[in-house]
Amino acid sequence: MAKTWKMPTWFYRLGSPRWSFEIMGKLLPWFAIAAALLMACGVVWGLAFAPADYQQGNSFRIIYIHVPSAILAQSCYMLMAVAGAVSLIWKMKVADMVAKSCAPIGATLAVLALATGAIWGKPTWGTWWVWDARLTAMLILLFLYIGVYTLHSAIENEITAGKAGAVLSLVGIVNIPIIKYSVEWWNTLHQGSTFTVTERPKMAPEMWMPLLVMVVGFYCFFTVVLMLRTRAEILEREKRSSWVKELVEAR
Amino acid sequence: MYFDSFTDFIDMGGHGLYVWLAYSIALVIVAFNVVSPILRKKQFIAEYRRRLKREQRLNERKASESTQ
Repeated sequence: MAKTWKMPTWFYRLGSPRWSFEIMGKLLPWFAIAAALLMACGVVWGLAFAPADYQQGNSFRIIYIHVPSAILAQSCYMLMAVAGAVSLIWKMKVADMVAKSCAPIGATLAVLALATGAIWGKPTWGTWWVWDARLTAMLILLFLYIGVYTLHSAIENEITAGKAGAVLSLVGIVNIPIIKYSVEWWNTLHQGSTFTVTERPKMAPEMWMPLLVMVVGFYCFFTVVLMLRTRAEILEREKRSSWVKELVEAR
Repeated sequence: MYFDSFTDFIDMGGHGLYVWLAYSIALVIVAFNVVSPILRKKQFIAEYRRRLKREQRLNERKASESTQ
């Protein structure tokens, strides 16, 4: 007899908008505290205590914003595509709401990565912008986010909108390895990765430790804002259900 | 502390404008991402409550009309 494949219980629970709304409400304060502490610590450490770069001087301190926002813009994209796939395959409402909520957050993170990169490029490379592989791929990431966001907000029918957004984000995922390997595949002005899983960072520990704190802080921050947005989305889409009515009346 | 004085810290070795511009944009984007969903949720709840009240008034009026 064929054994039927079963996903863990929490996966099925995530299918319930109410359960997801409540669990996110419980997790939110902890992630908010972690994000605030880590980011405050990382900013002070990076701005005031880390040594200046011997070539770039103090402009290198932009790295503590630039690298975390670029990493998060890509992680957010992967989450958006995976959530989109889950909503396509299992027709899970909450997954679609997560995917929809990822788009505007990811777009602002991509804008932040591009803007800080341009500001850093001016004193370092002598120009705000070059049509370099990494920069161009990152700009395409921003356009993909804008595309997914537009699809979600322009199509009236939520199910059709979710499907269209999910398909676009899944097609666009080819851009992620292009961003990652662009600095290795092409001759580029952009410097190589600071962090790799297999090697020790080439930077001095006094420089990369605050960066690591900022990256973890940005992940917590992303979790917080994604949960805030998804919770607002759940309320709006579940407004006809009795638990939302009770929740509003209890306020 | 890497810098000798507060003015040194603000000046960032001549790169002050770049560094502080990058950090202010980051602050704006972080604040936007936190504030906008909170406002959206507040607005939703306020609208929903108004609708509930309106429905309640309507029901009361109907009830009083039917007793007359």
